[in-house]
Amino acid sequence: MRIALRLLPGLWLALLVAAPLILVGVMALSWQAVGIPPYEPPWRGQGINPDNLRLLLEDPHYRASLIQSLTTAAATAALCLLLAAPMGVAIARAGRLRNALLAAVLLPFWTGFLIRLGAWIGLLRDEGWINAALRALGLTEAPIPLLYTQGALLVGMVHAYLPFAVLPVFAAATRLDPVLEQAAADLGATPGRAFLTVTLPQLFPALAAAFLLVFIPAAGEYVIPELLGPPEATLVGRVVFQEFFQNRDWPVAAALAVALLALLLGPILLFQRLGRAGP
Amino acid sequence: MTPRLSLQGVTRRFGPVAALDGVTLDVAPGEFLALLGGSGSGKSTLLRVVAGFEAPDAGAVRLDGADLAGVPPHRRPVNMMFQSYALFPHLSVAANIGYGLRREGRPRAEIAARVAEAAAMLGLEGLEARRPHALSGGQRQRVALARALVKRPRLLLLDEPLGALDAGLRERTGFELRAIQRESGAAFVMVTHDQAEALALADRIAVMDRGRIVQSGAPRAVYDRPATRFVAGFLGAANVLDGARTADGALLCPAAACTIRADRPLPEGTAAVAIRPERIRLGAGTGDNAAEAVVEEAAFRGESSTLLLRLPGGASLRVLHPEEDGPPPPRGEAVRIGWDAASVVPLAG
Repeated sequence: MRIALRLLPGLWLALLVAAPLILVGVMALSWQAVGIPPYEPPWRGQGINPDNLRLLLEDPHYRASLIQSLTTAAATAALCLLLAAPMGVAIARAGRLRNALLAAVLLPFWTGFLIRLGAWIGLLRDEGWINAALRALGLTEAPIPLLYTQGALLVGMVHAYLPFAVLPVFAAATRLDPVLEQAAADLGATPGRAFLTVTLPQLFPALAAAFLLVFIPAAGEYVIPELLGPPEATLVGRVVFQEFFQNRDWPVAAALAVALLALLLGPILLFQRLGRAGP
Repeated sequence: MTPRLSLQGVTRRFGPVAALDGVTLDVAPGEFLALLGGSGSGKSTLLRVVAGFEAPDAGAVRLDGADLAGVPPHRRPVNMMFQSYALFPHLSVAANIGYGLRREGRPRAEIAARVAEAAAMLGLEGLEARRPHALSGGQRQRVALARALVKRPRLLLLDEPLGALDAGLRERTGFELRAIQRESGAAFVMVTHDQAEALALADRIAVMDRGRIVQSGAPRAVYDRPATRFVAGFLGAANVLDGARTADGALLCPAAACTIRADRPLPEGTAAVAIRPERIRLGAGTGDNAAEAVVEEAAFRGESSTLLLRLPGGASLRVLHPEEDGPPPPRGEAVRIGWDAASVVPLAG
């Protein structure tokens, strides 16, 4: 029984993490072919195909998509932090409202992801609520294009990932000693100074964790750029989708997935280290 | 002379409870005052009102004559040493000490010099680069003290400054605290629940009970002449005997089966007196101020023993028996006890 309990996590990891990863890795080194599945693995006589990975380095289209993914993810994570830092601290100090506010942060998880994006589309499109309100107020005659812009993309991303940033900040803020801010005030710090010099530095590990917790999944996001973003926002998730389902070039899609994973390995390891170094 | 700190009828209520109930108190420049009281006596609230963390519901707090009402904590020329020390965990010892000077916008060189001076005064040399978690309890206590003193406050508030130290360190640190207070010239107001600490360190002690100051004065005066039953019991655990005042100013005490006489007639209305355990002697006395007793319990304390005596009237007395008087009588032995009239302190209420 004990041994079975110990093997179980290993079995899950092998089945659900290692096997797909190996499959994708093999696919990235395979040849595109006509058939089902539409690729030929290296052991079918053609050997390893180095072209897919080389293509990513040489073709500006793929390179740009990777860079755009990372910058979009970084912008999303930065915006999330900007909101999550004051939110997390405020919720931790909300007293009796604390649980209600925390539930409000988590509430979006209880509704469907696509439904929430549908709501954003309803708000942002040319005939949507925001443009209707602006027109009713006489602020604009022609609708302002909001949907399918970089702004809409970021709004959707921040909306989807904000809870991941709030939670670590909240957890760290509940562990802060409120007496420290009083000590800072006693030594002559204004409330703002006390927050910047005493509270915020103690939250740095949590803020870094929050940044990575948003950055890592946001870099591979596919749905939000597809539904809210502009056509030119060819993030890597979108490109992978195109290669898989439109070009039926599975090897290149797999290579892109491997490249993204390789790029995120650094941040992932950093996140692991932060977890260990935590207070 | 204007007092350094002056409290006038300061009241602070938490719901129906008055944590401070009309406290009036002056602290002279350079004075070391100890606020002594049990938990819930309001002594910590008093400190927080002076520091500005609590606003009084009534009354005035003045520093060198200037009203502090509405002045936020960061603008009060008063510093506090917190009971938990409240050191900043992400800053080094030097940065902790210099924090208040940086908030004043002092030049870098001056901050460095004053931090070094404070570190030297408190024996923290060589620890400047360490973080608080890498310090011992005694070292942390010194950093907290240095951080408050380096601002050269006119008034330093100390919340149980020795409370977190172990017994041996506590006495040594107490002597140092006293020396630092004399050296710095600042007025110190220390909150403590430890009567020995208050008696040893302070120029003056103020005993608090349920939000009021029940007695204040020089440590020896308060110890020798407790004004109330509470002070007598709290300071040095004096024996309190109830009785009825006789026409000639003595106290007839049925519980002790004797008549107690002070060195002058007891004031009208006196219904209780206090006698310190160390003022009661074995084998002495006849007539008034003497009684029969049976040894009920004896606890050896090194330089003395504490005896618990049962009197025929039912009263129970604590008596300190010095070791130099020989071994204490065994349990169950009948003894005669007596005391000087000068040791009898009338209690009001």
